[in-house]
Amino acid sequence: MTDRAPQPLTAAANPPVQPLESNLLPSDVVRVSATKDVPKPDRQLTEVAKLIDVSKCIGCKACQSACIEWNDTHPTVEENVGVYENPHDLTPDMFTLMRFTEYENPETNELEWLIRKDGCMHCEDPGCLKACPAPGAIVQYSNGIVDFIHENCIGCGYCVTGCPFDIPRISKTDHKSYKCTLCSDRVAMGQGPACAKACPTQCITFGPKEEMKKHAEERIEDLKSRGFEHAGLYDPQGVGGTHVMYVLHHADKPSLYAGLPDEPAISPLVREWKGPAKTVGLAAIGLAAVGAALHGLFGRALEVTEHEEEEAQELVDETTPGAPADKGDA
Amino acid sequence: MARRKFSAPGDEIETRHPVIVNRYRGFTRVNHWITAACMIVLLLSGFSLFHPDLFFLTKLFGGGQNTRWLHPIVGVVLFFSFVGLFVQMWRLNLPRKEDVEWTANLPELVLKGDESKMPELGKYNAGQKVVFWGMSVMIVVLIVSGVMIWEQFFPKLVPIPVRRIAVAVHAFAAFAVILIFIMHVYAAFWARGTISAMTRGTVTGGWAFKHHRKWLRELAGRSDGGSAK
Ligand code: HEM
Ligand code: SF4
Ligand code: SF4
Ligand code: SF4
Repeated sequence: MTDRAPQPLTAAANPPVQPLESNLLPSDVVRVSATKDVPKPDRQLTEVAKLIDVSKCIGCKACQSACIEWNDTHPTVEENVGVYENPHDLTPDMFTLMRFTEYENPETNELEWLIRKDGCMHCEDPGCLKACPAPGAIVQYSNGIVDFIHENCIGCGYCVTGCPFDIPRISKTDHKSYKCTLCSDRVAMGQGPACAKACPTQCITFGPKEEMKKHAEERIEDLKSRGFEHAGLYDPQGVGGTHVMYVLHHADKPSLYAGLPDEPAISPLVREWKGPAKTVGLAAIGLAAVGAALHGLFGRALEVTEHEEEEAQELVDETTPGAPADKGDA
Repeated sequence: MARRKFSAPGDEIETRHPVIVNRYRGFTRVNHWITAACMIVLLLSGFSLFHPDLFFLTKLFGGGQNTRWLHPIVGVVLFFSFVGLFVQMWRLNLPRKEDVEWTANLPELVLKGDESKMPELGKYNAGQKVVFWGMSVMIVVLIVSGVMIWEQFFPKLVPIPVRRIAVAVHAFAAFAVILIFIMHVYAAFWARGTISAMTRGTVTGGWAFKHHRKWLRELAGRSDGGSAK
Protein backbone atom coordinates (compact mmCIF):
# COMPACT_ATOMS: atom_id res chain seq x y z
CA MET A 1 0.00 0.00 0.00
CA THR A 2 1.18 3.50 -0.76
CA ASP A 3 1.62 5.92 2.10
CA ARG A 4 -0.59 8.88 2.79
CA ALA A 5 0.83 12.24 1.84
CA PRO A 6 2.12 14.31 4.77
CA GLN A 7 0.22 17.40 5.85
CA PRO A 8 1.93 20.40 4.30
CA LEU A 9 3.39 22.71 6.90
CA THR A 10 4.73 25.53 4.72
CA ALA A 11 3.84 27.21 1.46
CA ALA A 12 6.89 25.64 -0.18
CA ALA A 13 6.27 22.14 1.16
CA ASN A 14 6.92 19.54 -1.49
CA PRO A 15 5.87 15.94 -1.10
CA PRO A 16 8.30 13.12 -1.92
CA VAL A 17 8.19 11.96 -5.52
CA GLN A 18 6.85 8.43 -5.02
CA PRO A 19 3.06 7.95 -5.48
CA LEU A 20 1.11 8.86 -2.35
CA GLU A 21 -2.46 8.53 -1.20
CA SER A 22 -4.57 11.63 -0.58
CA ASN A 23 -4.49 12.83 2.99
CA LEU A 24 -7.82 14.64 2.90
CA LEU A 25 -10.42 11.93 3.27
CA PRO A 26 -14.20 12.01 3.11
CA SER A 27 -14.07 10.99 6.77
CA ASP A 28 -12.19 14.20 7.64
CA VAL A 29 -15.28 16.25 6.97
CA VAL A 30 -16.73 18.07 10.00
CA ARG A 31 -19.56 20.00 8.38
CA VAL A 32 -21.68 19.18 5.33
CA SER A 33 -24.28 21.47 3.76
CA ALA A 34 -27.94 20.51 4.32
CA THR A 35 -26.88 17.56 6.44
CA LYS A 36 -27.23 17.12 10.15
CA ASP A 37 -25.46 14.49 12.22
CA VAL A 38 -22.17 14.37 10.36
CA PRO A 39 -20.23 11.46 11.93
CA LYS A 40 -17.40 12.66 14.14
CA PRO A 41 -14.09 12.17 12.33
CA ASP A 42 -11.75 9.63 13.92
CA ARG A 43 -8.82 12.02 13.64
CA GLN A 44 -8.30 15.74 13.86
CA LEU A 45 -6.11 17.27 11.17
CA THR A 46 -3.86 20.16 12.07
CA GLU A 47 -5.79 23.36 11.45
CA VAL A 48 -4.13 25.21 8.61
CA ALA A 49 -4.27 28.82 7.51
CA LYS A 50 -3.05 31.08 4.77
CA LEU A 51 -1.65 34.33 6.06
CA ILE A 52 -1.68 37.33 3.73
CA ASP A 53 0.54 40.13 4.90
CA VAL A 54 -0.96 43.06 3.06
CA SER A 55 1.97 45.29 3.95
CA LYS A 56 4.31 43.09 1.90
CA CYS A 57 2.16 42.82 -1.24
CA ILE A 58 3.54 44.49 -4.34
CA GLY A 59 0.44 43.82 -6.45
CA CYS A 60 2.25 41.68 -9.00
CA LYS A 61 -0.64 39.21 -9.30
CA ALA A 62 1.68 36.21 -9.45
CA CYS A 63 -0.80 34.55 -7.08
CA GLN A 64 -3.65 35.17 -9.50
CA SER A 65 -1.66 33.63 -12.33
CA ALA A 66 -0.66 30.67 -10.19
CA CYS A 67 -4.29 30.14 -9.19
CA ILE A 68 -5.45 30.20 -12.82
CA GLU A 69 -2.71 27.83 -13.82
CA TRP A 70 -3.19 25.35 -11.01
CA ASN A 71 -6.96 25.28 -11.24
CA ASP A 72 -6.88 25.34 -15.04
CA THR A 73 -9.48 28.09 -15.26
CA HIS A 74 -9.83 30.44 -18.21
CA PRO A 75 -10.91 33.91 -17.17
CA THR A 76 -12.09 35.89 -20.16
CA VAL A 77 -10.01 38.81 -21.31
CA GLU A 78 -11.90 41.93 -20.31
CA GLU A 79 -11.77 45.53 -21.37
CA ASN A 80 -9.36 47.93 -19.68
CA VAL A 81 -11.48 50.52 -17.91
CA GLY A 82 -8.56 52.23 -16.24
CA VAL A 83 -8.32 50.34 -12.97
CA TYR A 84 -5.73 47.89 -11.75
CA GLU A 85 -8.19 45.12 -10.90
CA ASN A 86 -8.05 42.49 -13.58
CA PRO A 87 -10.54 40.95 -14.04
CA HIS A 88 -12.92 43.50 -12.55
CA ASP A 89 -14.35 41.14 -10.00
CA LEU A 90 -14.08 37.59 -8.78
CA THR A 91 -15.61 35.27 -11.37
CA PRO A 92 -16.30 31.55 -11.61
CA ASP A 93 -12.89 31.40 -13.33
CA MET A 94 -11.00 33.75 -11.03
CA PHE A 95 -10.90 32.54 -7.44
CA THR A 96 -8.67 35.30 -6.14
CA LEU A 97 -8.33 38.94 -7.07
CA MET A 98 -5.99 41.76 -6.11
CA ARG A 99 -8.08 44.72 -5.07
CA PHE A 100 -6.40 48.14 -5.10
CA THR A 101 -7.35 51.10 -2.93
CA GLU A 102 -5.78 54.54 -2.97
CA TYR A 103 -5.98 55.87 0.55
CA GLU A 104 -5.02 59.34 1.67
CA ASN A 105 -4.07 58.92 5.28
CA PRO A 106 -5.40 62.00 7.08
CA GLU A 107 -2.86 61.57 9.90
CA THR A 108 0.27 61.50 7.76
CA ASN A 109 -1.10 63.24 4.69
CA GLU A 110 0.43 60.49 2.62
CA LEU A 111 -1.04 58.49 -0.18
CA GLU A 112 -1.10 54.80 0.64
CA TRP A 113 -1.69 52.15 -1.94
CA LEU A 114 -3.54 49.35 -0.20
CA ILE A 115 -3.53 46.09 -2.09
CA ARG A 116 -5.57 43.20 -0.78
CA LYS A 117 -5.74 39.70 -2.16
CA ASP A 118 -9.48 38.95 -2.11
CA GLY A 119 -10.90 35.44 -2.08
CA CYS A 120 -12.59 32.91 0.14
CA MET A 121 -11.70 33.35 3.82
CA HIS A 122 -12.39 29.72 4.76
CA CYS A 123 -14.55 30.73 7.70
CA GLU A 124 -14.69 28.53 10.76
CA ASP A 125 -18.48 29.17 10.69
CA PRO A 126 -19.15 29.35 6.94
CA GLY A 127 -22.27 31.25 5.88
CA CYS A 128 -22.16 29.65 2.43
CA LEU A 129 -22.44 26.19 3.94
CA LYS A 130 -25.23 27.25 6.27
CA ALA A 131 -27.31 28.64 3.41
CA CYS A 132 -26.77 25.84 0.90
CA PRO A 133 -29.88 23.65 0.33
CA ALA A 134 -28.08 20.84 -1.49
CA PRO A 135 -26.78 18.01 0.70
CA GLY A 136 -23.02 17.62 0.28
CA ALA A 137 -22.46 20.58 -2.06
CA ILE A 138 -20.29 22.36 0.53
CA VAL A 139 -18.07 20.62 3.07
CA GLN A 140 -15.64 21.71 5.73
CA TYR A 141 -12.65 19.54 6.63
CA SER A 142 -11.20 19.30 10.11
CA ASN A 143 -8.16 21.29 8.94
CA GLY A 144 -10.50 24.22 8.31
CA ILE A 145 -10.75 24.15 4.52
CA VAL A 146 -14.22 24.91 3.14
CA ASP A 147 -14.66 23.22 -0.21
CA PHE A 148 -17.41 23.14 -2.84
CA ILE A 149 -18.22 19.67 -4.16
CA HIS A 150 -19.42 20.53 -7.63
CA GLU A 151 -21.22 17.26 -8.40
CA ASN A 152 -23.73 18.12 -5.69
CA CYS A 153 -24.16 21.81 -6.48
CA ILE A 154 -27.48 22.84 -8.04
CA GLY A 155 -26.53 26.42 -8.86
CA CYS A 156 -29.19 28.12 -6.76
CA GLY A 157 -26.90 30.87 -5.49
CA TYR A 158 -27.91 30.52 -1.83
CA CYS A 159 -24.19 30.41 -0.93
CA VAL A 160 -23.89 33.91 -2.38
CA THR A 161 -26.71 34.99 -0.09
CA GLY A 162 -25.08 33.34 2.91
CA CYS A 163 -21.45 34.43 2.49
CA PRO A 164 -20.50 37.54 4.52
CA PHE A 165 -17.57 38.24 2.15
CA ASP A 166 -19.32 38.13 -1.26
CA ILE A 167 -17.12 35.31 -2.53
CA PRO A 168 -18.93 32.50 -4.41
CA ARG A 169 -19.66 32.98 -8.11
CA ILE A 170 -22.04 30.82 -10.13
CA SER A 171 -20.87 29.74 -13.56
CA LYS A 172 -23.06 30.69 -16.53
CA THR A 173 -21.95 27.57 -18.38
CA ASP A 174 -22.29 24.70 -15.92
CA HIS A 175 -24.42 26.50 -13.29
CA LYS A 176 -22.22 25.51 -10.40
CA SER A 177 -20.67 27.64 -7.72
CA TYR A 178 -16.93 28.34 -7.65
CA LYS A 179 -14.47 29.87 -5.22
CA CYS A 180 -10.96 29.39 -3.82
CA THR A 181 -10.47 25.83 -2.60
CA LEU A 182 -7.46 26.72 -0.45
CA CYS A 183 -5.88 24.33 -2.92
CA SER A 184 -7.48 21.42 -1.09
CA ASP A 185 -6.25 19.13 -3.86
CA ARG A 186 -2.65 20.25 -3.28
CA VAL A 187 -2.96 20.21 0.49
CA ALA A 188 -4.31 16.67 0.24
CA MET A 189 -1.04 15.70 -1.44
CA GLY A 190 1.27 17.52 0.97
CA GLN A 191 1.75 20.73 -1.00
CA GLY A 192 1.04 24.30 0.00
CA PRO A 193 -1.40 26.46 -2.01
CA ALA A 194 -0.28 27.49 -5.49
CA CYS A 195 -0.74 31.21 -4.82
CA ALA A 196 1.39 31.08 -1.67
CA LYS A 197 4.09 29.17 -3.45
CA ALA A 198 4.17 31.67 -6.31
CA CYS A 199 4.28 34.79 -4.17
CA PRO A 200 7.69 36.49 -4.71
CA THR A 201 7.65 38.55 -1.49
CA GLN A 202 6.30 35.86 0.84
CA CYS A 203 3.40 38.12 1.50
CA ILE A 204 1.34 34.91 1.34
CA THR A 205 2.45 32.23 3.76
CA PHE A 206 0.82 28.98 4.70
CA GLY A 207 1.01 26.51 7.57
CA PRO A 208 -0.62 25.43 10.81
CA LYS A 209 -2.96 28.20 11.97
CA GLU A 210 -1.20 28.56 15.34
CA GLU A 211 2.14 29.09 13.64
CA MET A 212 0.65 31.56 11.22
CA LYS A 213 -0.68 33.56 14.15
CA LYS A 214 2.79 33.60 15.73
CA HIS A 215 4.32 34.68 12.47
CA ALA A 216 1.69 37.43 12.22
CA GLU A 217 2.66 38.63 15.72
CA GLU A 218 6.22 39.20 14.56
CA ARG A 219 5.05 41.04 11.49
CA ILE A 220 2.70 43.21 13.52
CA GLU A 221 5.45 44.12 15.95
CA ASP A 222 7.65 45.09 13.06
CA LEU A 223 4.91 47.22 11.52
CA LYS A 224 4.23 48.93 14.83
CA SER A 225 7.91 49.77 15.18
CA ARG A 226 7.64 51.47 11.79
CA GLY A 227 4.83 53.70 12.92
CA PHE A 228 1.73 51.68 11.99
CA GLU A 229 0.37 51.74 15.49
CA HIS A 230 -2.93 50.10 14.49
CA ALA A 231 -1.30 47.18 12.72
CA GLY A 232 -2.99 43.92 13.59
CA LEU A 233 -4.29 40.51 12.57
CA TYR A 234 -7.60 40.04 10.76
CA ASP A 235 -9.03 36.74 12.00
CA PRO A 236 -12.64 37.86 12.51
CA GLN A 237 -14.30 36.13 15.45
CA GLY A 238 -17.79 36.95 14.16
CA VAL A 239 -17.40 33.97 11.82
CA GLY A 240 -15.47 31.97 14.41
CA GLY A 241 -12.12 33.00 12.95
CA THR A 242 -10.93 32.29 9.42
CA HIS A 243 -8.41 30.04 7.77
CA VAL A 244 -7.28 32.85 5.53
CA MET A 245 -6.00 35.73 7.64
CA TYR A 246 -4.63 39.15 6.87
CA VAL A 247 -1.96 41.27 8.50
CA LEU A 248 -3.30 44.81 8.05
CA HIS A 249 -1.47 48.05 8.73
CA HIS A 250 -4.83 49.58 9.64
CA ALA A 251 -6.45 46.69 11.47
CA ASP A 252 -8.75 49.18 13.20
CA LYS A 253 -10.36 49.96 9.81
CA PRO A 254 -10.52 46.80 7.68
CA SER A 255 -13.07 48.40 5.36
CA LEU A 256 -10.32 50.67 4.00
CA TYR A 257 -9.09 47.63 2.10
CA ALA A 258 -11.63 47.59 -0.73
CA GLY A 259 -14.53 47.05 1.64
CA LEU A 260 -13.21 44.18 3.72
CA PRO A 261 -16.04 43.81 6.30
CA ASP A 262 -15.20 45.42 9.65
CA GLU A 263 -17.18 42.91 11.63
CA PRO A 264 -18.21 40.04 9.40
CA ALA A 265 -20.77 37.57 10.69
CA ILE A 266 -23.44 35.45 9.13
CA SER A 267 -26.37 37.83 8.67
CA PRO A 268 -29.10 37.40 11.32
CA LEU A 269 -31.56 37.20 8.41
CA VAL A 270 -29.74 34.18 7.03
CA ARG A 271 -29.68 32.61 10.49
CA GLU A 272 -33.42 33.19 10.88
CA TRP A 273 -34.19 31.92 7.40
CA LYS A 274 -32.13 28.78 7.96
CA GLY A 275 -33.04 28.46 11.63
CA PRO A 276 -35.74 26.66 13.61
CA ALA A 277 -38.43 28.76 11.86
CA LYS A 278 -38.17 26.33 8.93
CA THR A 279 -39.02 23.33 11.03
CA VAL A 280 -41.80 25.23 12.79
CA GLY A 281 -43.18 26.26 9.40
CA LEU A 282 -43.11 22.70 8.10
CA ALA A 283 -44.79 21.48 11.27
CA ALA A 284 -47.53 24.13 10.93
CA ILE A 285 -48.14 23.11 7.33
CA GLY A 286 -48.25 19.46 8.37
CA LEU A 287 -50.72 20.27 11.15
CA ALA A 288 -52.94 22.27 8.80
CA ALA A 289 -52.98 19.42 6.30
CA VAL A 290 -53.69 16.80 8.96
CA GLY A 291 -56.30 19.05 10.57
CA ALA A 292 -58.06 19.52 7.24
CA ALA A 293 -57.94 15.78 6.57
CA LEU A 294 -59.36 14.97 10.02
CA HIS A 295 -62.16 17.50 9.65
CA GLY A 296 -62.80 16.02 6.23
CA LEU A 297 -63.04 12.50 7.64
CA PHE A 298 -64.86 13.11 10.90
CA GLY A 299 -66.42 16.58 10.60
CA ARG A 300 -69.78 17.09 8.97
CA ALA A 301 -69.58 17.74 5.28
CA LEU A 302 -71.73 20.52 3.85
CA GLU A 303 -74.10 18.32 1.89
CA VAL A 304 -76.72 19.89 -0.31
CA THR A 305 -80.07 18.38 0.71
CA GLU A 306 -82.94 17.28 -1.46
CA HIS A 307 -84.97 20.01 0.23
CA GLU A 308 -82.52 22.66 -0.92
CA GLU A 309 -82.73 21.36 -4.47
CA GLU A 310 -86.51 21.76 -4.29
CA GLU A 311 -86.24 25.26 -2.90
CA ALA A 312 -83.88 26.19 -5.71
CA GLN A 313 -86.38 24.80 -8.19
CA GLU A 314 -89.11 26.93 -6.66
CA LEU A 315 -86.96 30.02 -6.67
CA VAL A 316 -86.11 29.59 -10.31
CA ASP A 317 -89.68 28.74 -11.30
CA GLU A 318 -91.07 31.79 -9.50
CA THR A 319 -88.60 34.25 -10.93
CA THR A 320 -89.56 35.66 -14.26
CA PRO A 321 -86.57 36.25 -16.45
CA GLY A 322 -86.08 39.94 -17.00
CA ALA A 323 -87.52 40.97 -13.64
CA PRO A 324 -85.27 42.78 -11.20
CA ALA A 325 -83.43 40.12 -9.30
CA ASP A 326 -81.91 41.92 -6.40
CA LYS A 327 -84.05 41.26 -3.33
CA GLY A 328 -81.61 40.79 -0.54
CA ASP A 329 -79.55 43.86 -1.16
CA ALA A 330 -80.93 47.18 -2.27
CA MET B 1 -79.92 43.56 -20.36
CA ALA B 2 -79.62 44.42 -16.68
CA ARG B 3 -76.15 45.01 -15.31
CA ARG B 4 -74.76 42.07 -13.38
CA LYS B 5 -74.15 42.67 -9.70
CA PHE B 6 -73.48 39.23 -8.24
CA SER B 7 -72.45 37.20 -11.26
CA ALA B 8 -69.79 37.12 -13.91
CA PRO B 9 -70.23 37.04 -17.70
CA GLY B 10 -70.96 33.46 -18.69
CA ASP B 11 -72.73 32.60 -15.42
CA GLU B 12 -76.21 31.42 -16.35
CA ILE B 13 -78.89 28.92 -15.58
CA GLU B 14 -78.11 26.13 -17.97
CA THR B 15 -81.25 24.06 -17.45
CA ARG B 16 -84.31 24.97 -15.40
CA HIS B 17 -85.61 21.39 -14.88
CA PRO B 18 -83.68 20.33 -12.91
CA VAL B 19 -81.83 23.52 -12.09
CA ILE B 20 -78.22 23.35 -13.25
CA VAL B 21 -76.18 26.53 -13.08
CA ASN B 22 -73.16 27.42 -15.13
CA ARG B 23 -70.53 28.77 -12.72
CA TYR B 24 -67.31 28.84 -14.76
CA ARG B 25 -66.98 28.87 -18.50
CA GLY B 26 -64.35 26.75 -20.23
CA PHE B 27 -61.81 29.54 -20.50
CA THR B 28 -61.88 30.18 -16.78
CA ARG B 29 -61.63 26.49 -15.97
CA VAL B 30 -58.59 25.98 -18.19
CA ASN B 31 -57.08 29.10 -16.68
CA HIS B 32 -57.74 27.75 -13.20
CA TRP B 33 -56.25 24.32 -13.84
CA ILE B 34 -53.10 25.74 -15.43
CA THR B 35 -52.68 27.86 -12.32
CA ALA B 36 -53.31 24.88 -10.07
CA ALA B 37 -50.84 22.67 -11.93
CA CYS B 38 -48.18 25.38 -11.70
CA MET B 39 -48.93 25.77 -8.02
CA ILE B 40 -48.41 22.07 -7.33
CA VAL B 41 -45.13 22.01 -9.26
CA LEU B 42 -44.03 25.11 -7.35
CA LEU B 43 -44.99 23.64 -4.00
CA LEU B 44 -43.06 20.44 -4.63
CA SER B 45 -40.01 22.08 -6.18
CA GLY B 46 -39.97 24.90 -3.66
CA PHE B 47 -40.35 22.50 -0.76
CA SER B 48 -37.40 20.48 -2.00
CA LEU B 49 -35.13 23.48 -1.49
CA PHE B 50 -36.92 24.66 1.62
CA HIS B 51 -35.74 21.93 3.95
CA PRO B 52 -32.95 19.33 3.63
CA ASP B 53 -35.36 16.58 4.65
CA LEU B 54 -37.39 17.34 1.53
CA PHE B 55 -34.46 17.59 -0.89
CA PHE B 56 -35.39 14.14 -2.20
CA LEU B 57 -38.34 15.80 -3.95
CA THR B 58 -35.85 17.15 -6.52
CA LYS B 59 -35.86 13.60 -7.95
CA LEU B 60 -39.38 14.28 -9.22
CA PHE B 61 -37.93 16.86 -11.56
CA GLY B 62 -34.81 14.96 -12.57
CA GLY B 63 -32.39 16.28 -9.97
CA GLY B 64 -31.39 19.45 -8.19
CA GLN B 65 -30.12 21.34 -11.21
CA ASN B 66 -33.40 20.81 -13.07
CA THR B 67 -35.43 21.76 -10.04
CA ARG B 68 -33.45 24.96 -9.64
CA TRP B 69 -34.04 25.77 -13.28
CA LEU B 70 -37.69 24.77 -13.45
CA HIS B 71 -39.07 26.38 -10.31
CA PRO B 72 -38.74 30.06 -11.23
CA ILE B 73 -39.88 29.47 -14.80
CA VAL B 74 -43.06 27.77 -13.61
CA GLY B 75 -43.32 30.64 -11.13
CA VAL B 76 -43.52 33.13 -13.97
CA VAL B 77 -46.13 30.99 -15.77
CA LEU B 78 -48.14 30.83 -12.57
CA PHE B 79 -47.96 34.56 -12.16
CA PHE B 80 -49.35 35.34 -15.60
CA SER B 81 -51.92 32.58 -15.34
CA PHE B 82 -53.07 34.01 -12.02
CA VAL B 83 -53.31 37.48 -13.51
CA GLY B 84 -55.84 35.89 -15.90
CA LEU B 85 -57.92 34.65 -12.99
CA PHE B 86 -57.55 37.93 -11.16
CA VAL B 87 -58.94 39.96 -14.03
CA GLN B 88 -61.97 37.68 -14.22
CA MET B 89 -62.69 37.46 -10.53
CA TRP B 90 -61.57 40.57 -8.66
CA ARG B 91 -64.85 42.49 -8.94
CA LEU B 92 -67.02 39.82 -7.34
CA ASN B 93 -64.40 39.37 -4.61
CA LEU B 94 -64.66 42.94 -3.36
CA PRO B 95 -65.75 42.91 0.28
CA ARG B 96 -69.46 43.51 1.03
CA LYS B 97 -71.35 44.07 4.22
CA GLU B 98 -72.77 40.54 4.36
CA ASP B 99 -69.20 39.25 4.64
CA VAL B 100 -69.07 40.52 8.22
CA GLU B 101 -72.17 38.59 9.20
CA TRP B 102 -70.93 35.51 7.40
CA THR B 103 -67.61 35.65 9.23
CA ALA B 104 -69.33 36.09 12.59
CA ASN B 105 -71.30 32.88 11.98
CA LEU B 106 -68.32 30.96 10.64
CA PRO B 107 -67.47 29.04 13.85
CA GLU B 108 -70.88 27.45 13.80
CA LEU B 109 -70.48 26.45 10.21
CA VAL B 110 -67.06 24.90 10.76
CA LEU B 111 -67.83 23.15 14.04
CA LYS B 112 -71.42 22.05 13.46
CA GLY B 113 -71.89 22.36 9.73
CA ASP B 114 -74.80 24.70 10.51
CA GLU B 115 -75.31 27.15 7.66
CA SER B 116 -78.83 28.29 8.64
CA LYS B 117 -77.74 31.61 10.18
CA MET B 118 -75.71 32.65 7.17
CA PRO B 119 -76.78 35.69 5.14
CA GLU B 120 -77.65 35.33 1.46
CA LEU B 121 -74.51 35.74 -0.62
CA GLY B 122 -73.41 36.65 -4.11
CA LYS B 123 -70.94 34.51 -6.03
CA TYR B 124 -68.32 34.40 -3.25
CA ASN B 125 -68.37 34.16 0.53
CA ALA B 126 -65.86 35.84 2.83
CA GLY B 127 -63.76 32.69 3.06
CA GLN B 128 -63.43 32.51 -0.71
CA LYS B 129 -62.56 36.19 -0.73
CA VAL B 130 -59.82 35.67 1.83
CA VAL B 131 -58.39 32.92 -0.36
CA PHE B 132 -58.60 35.16 -3.42
CA TRP B 133 -56.97 38.22 -1.89
CA GLY B 134 -54.48 36.20 0.11
CA MET B 135 -53.35 34.43 -3.05
CA SER B 136 -53.25 37.69 -5.00
CA VAL B 137 -51.03 39.46 -2.50
CA MET B 138 -48.77 36.48 -1.84
CA ILE B 139 -48.26 35.67 -5.51
CA VAL B 140 -47.12 39.25 -6.12
CA VAL B 141 -44.78 38.98 -3.13
CA LEU B 142 -43.49 35.66 -4.48
CA ILE B 143 -42.80 36.89 -7.98
CA VAL B 144 -41.07 40.04 -6.77
CA SER B 145 -38.92 38.26 -4.19
CA GLY B 146 -38.43 35.31 -6.53
CA VAL B 147 -36.98 37.42 -9.32
CA MET B 148 -34.64 39.04 -6.79
CA ILE B 149 -33.14 35.66 -5.89
CA TRP B 150 -33.16 34.26 -9.43
CA GLU B 151 -29.48 33.47 -9.83
CA GLN B 152 -29.62 32.21 -13.39
CA PHE B 153 -31.08 35.31 -15.02
CA PHE B 154 -30.89 38.13 -12.48
CA PRO B 155 -27.74 37.48 -10.46
CA LYS B 156 -26.92 41.16 -9.97
CA LEU B 157 -30.43 42.60 -9.81
CA VAL B 158 -30.27 43.47 -6.12
CA PRO B 159 -27.34 43.78 -3.71
CA ILE B 160 -26.67 40.82 -1.45
CA PRO B 161 -28.20 42.33 1.73
CA VAL B 162 -31.47 42.84 -0.17
CA ARG B 163 -31.22 39.32 -1.49
CA ARG B 164 -31.10 38.04 2.08
CA ILE B 165 -34.36 39.81 2.81
CA ALA B 166 -35.88 38.55 -0.42
CA VAL B 167 -35.05 34.91 0.20
CA ALA B 168 -36.50 35.06 3.71
CA VAL B 169 -39.62 36.86 2.46
CA HIS B 170 -39.98 34.32 -0.36
CA ALA B 171 -39.84 31.42 2.06
CA PHE B 172 -42.35 33.09 4.36
CA ALA B 173 -44.74 33.97 1.52
CA ALA B 174 -44.49 30.40 0.26
CA PHE B 175 -45.47 29.22 3.73
CA ALA B 176 -48.50 31.54 3.69
CA VAL B 177 -49.50 30.44 0.19
CA ILE B 178 -49.33 26.81 1.20
CA LEU B 179 -51.69 27.41 4.14
CA ILE B 180 -54.10 29.29 1.88
CA PHE B 181 -53.82 26.51 -0.68
CA ILE B 182 -54.70 23.86 1.91
CA MET B 183 -57.67 25.96 3.02
CA HIS B 184 -58.81 26.38 -0.58
CA VAL B 185 -58.58 22.72 -1.51
CA TYR B 186 -60.19 21.65 1.72
CA ALA B 187 -63.12 24.05 1.37
CA ALA B 188 -63.79 22.86 -2.16
CA PHE B 189 -63.96 19.32 -0.86
CA TRP B 190 -65.86 20.04 2.34
CA ALA B 191 -68.71 21.93 0.66
CA ARG B 192 -69.89 18.97 -1.38
CA GLY B 193 -70.82 19.69 -4.96
CA THR B 194 -68.26 22.48 -5.36
CA ILE B 195 -65.60 20.68 -7.34
CA SER B 196 -67.87 20.19 -10.35
CA ALA B 197 -67.88 23.99 -10.73
CA MET B 198 -64.27 23.73 -11.88
CA THR B 199 -64.48 20.36 -13.62
CA ARG B 200 -67.74 20.41 -15.55
CA GLY B 201 -68.28 24.09 -15.00
CA THR B 202 -71.70 23.64 -13.38
CA VAL B 203 -73.28 23.32 -9.96
CA THR B 204 -76.71 22.12 -8.96
CA GLY B 205 -79.48 24.53 -8.12
CA GLY B 206 -79.49 23.29 -4.54
CA TRP B 207 -75.80 24.09 -4.18
CA ALA B 208 -76.33 27.60 -5.51
CA PHE B 209 -79.38 28.07 -3.28
CA LYS B 210 -77.53 26.87 -0.19
CA HIS B 211 -74.28 28.76 -0.58
CA HIS B 212 -74.78 31.66 -3.00
CA ARG B 213 -78.46 32.54 -3.10
CA LYS B 214 -78.16 36.12 -4.33
CA TRP B 215 -76.06 34.86 -7.19
CA LEU B 216 -78.76 32.28 -8.06
CA ARG B 217 -81.53 34.89 -7.80
CA GLU B 218 -79.76 37.23 -10.15
CA LEU B 219 -79.23 34.48 -12.71
CA ALA B 220 -82.82 33.28 -12.43
CA GLY B 221 -83.99 36.80 -13.14
CA ARG B 222 -81.96 37.24 -16.27
CA SER B 223 -83.55 36.56 -19.64
CA ASP B 224 -80.38 34.84 -20.85
CA GLY B 225 -80.71 32.68 -17.77
CA GLY B 226 -81.32 29.50 -19.69
CA SER B 227 -85.10 29.64 -20.19
CA ALA B 228 -84.69 28.31 -23.69
CA LYS B 229 -83.80 24.85 -22.46
C1 HEM C 1 -46.94 29.87 -5.50
C2 HEM C 1 -45.86 30.11 -5.80
C3 HEM C 1 -44.52 29.77 -5.19
C4 HEM C 1 -44.18 28.96 -4.17
C5 HEM C 1 -45.11 28.15 -3.30
C6 HEM C 1 -42.75 29.03 -4.02
C7 HEM C 1 -42.02 28.35 -3.07
C8 HEM C 1 -40.65 28.41 -2.93
C9 HEM C 1 -39.92 27.84 -1.85
C10 HEM C 1 -40.51 27.10 -0.67
C11 HEM C 1 -38.60 28.08 -2.09
C12 HEM C 1 -37.45 27.66 -1.21
C13 HEM C 1 -37.15 28.79 -0.27
C14 HEM C 1 -36.12 28.39 0.73
O1 HEM C 1 -35.19 27.67 0.36
O2 HEM C 1 -36.25 28.79 1.89
C15 HEM C 1 -38.48 28.79 -3.31
C16 HEM C 1 -37.31 29.20 -3.91
C17 HEM C 1 -37.24 29.97 -5.06
N1 HEM C 1 -38.32 30.52 -5.74
FE1 HEM C 1 -40.24 30.19 -5.35
N2 HEM C 1 -42.24 29.85 -4.97
C18 HEM C 1 -43.30 30.33 -5.71
C19 HEM C 1 -43.26 31.22 -6.75
C20 HEM C 1 -42.08 31.71 -7.29
C21 HEM C 1 -42.06 32.68 -8.32
C22 HEM C 1 -43.30 33.35 -8.94
C23 HEM C 1 -40.75 32.88 -8.61
C24 HEM C 1 -40.22 33.83 -9.65
C25 HEM C 1 -39.73 33.99 -10.57
C26 HEM C 1 -39.94 32.03 -7.75
C27 HEM C 1 -38.57 31.96 -7.72
C28 HEM C 1 -37.82 31.25 -6.81
C29 HEM C 1 -36.40 31.14 -6.83
C30 HEM C 1 -35.47 31.81 -7.85
C31 HEM C 1 -36.03 30.33 -5.75
C32 HEM C 1 -34.61 29.90 -5.39
C33 HEM C 1 -34.39 28.52 -5.88
C34 HEM C 1 -34.33 28.41 -7.36
O3 HEM C 1 -33.59 29.18 -8.02
O4 HEM C 1 -34.99 27.50 -7.89
N3 HEM C 1 -40.80 31.33 -6.95
N4 HEM C 1 -39.76 29.01 -3.81
S1 SF4 D 1 -15.67 33.42 2.81
FE1 SF4 D 1 -17.72 33.02 2.06
S2 SF4 D 1 -17.43 31.35 0.64
FE2 SF4 D 1 -15.57 31.40 1.90
S3 SF4 D 1 -16.02 29.99 3.60
FE3 SF4 D 1 -16.61 32.04 4.29
S4 SF4 D 1 -18.80 32.08 3.81
FE4 SF4 D 1 -17.96 30.42 2.59
S1 SF4 E 1 -25.14 27.31 -5.70
FE1 SF4 E 1 -24.39 25.25 -5.17
S2 SF4 E 1 -22.99 25.53 -3.48
FE2 SF4 E 1 -24.17 27.42 -3.68
S3 SF4 E 1 -25.86 27.15 -2.27
FE3 SF4 E 1 -26.61 26.44 -4.24
S4 SF4 E 1 -26.19 24.25 -4.26
FE4 SF4 E 1 -24.99 25.12 -2.57
S1 SF4 F 1 -5.36 28.79 -2.34
FE1 SF4 F 1 -5.37 27.87 -4.38
S2 SF4 F 1 -7.47 28.21 -5.09
FE2 SF4 F 1 -7.15 29.59 -3.38
S3 SF4 F 1 -6.46 31.51 -4.30
FE3 SF4 F 1 -4.61 30.33 -3.77
S4 SF4 F 1 -4.15 29.22 -5.65
FE4 SF4 F 1 -6.25 29.92 -5.85
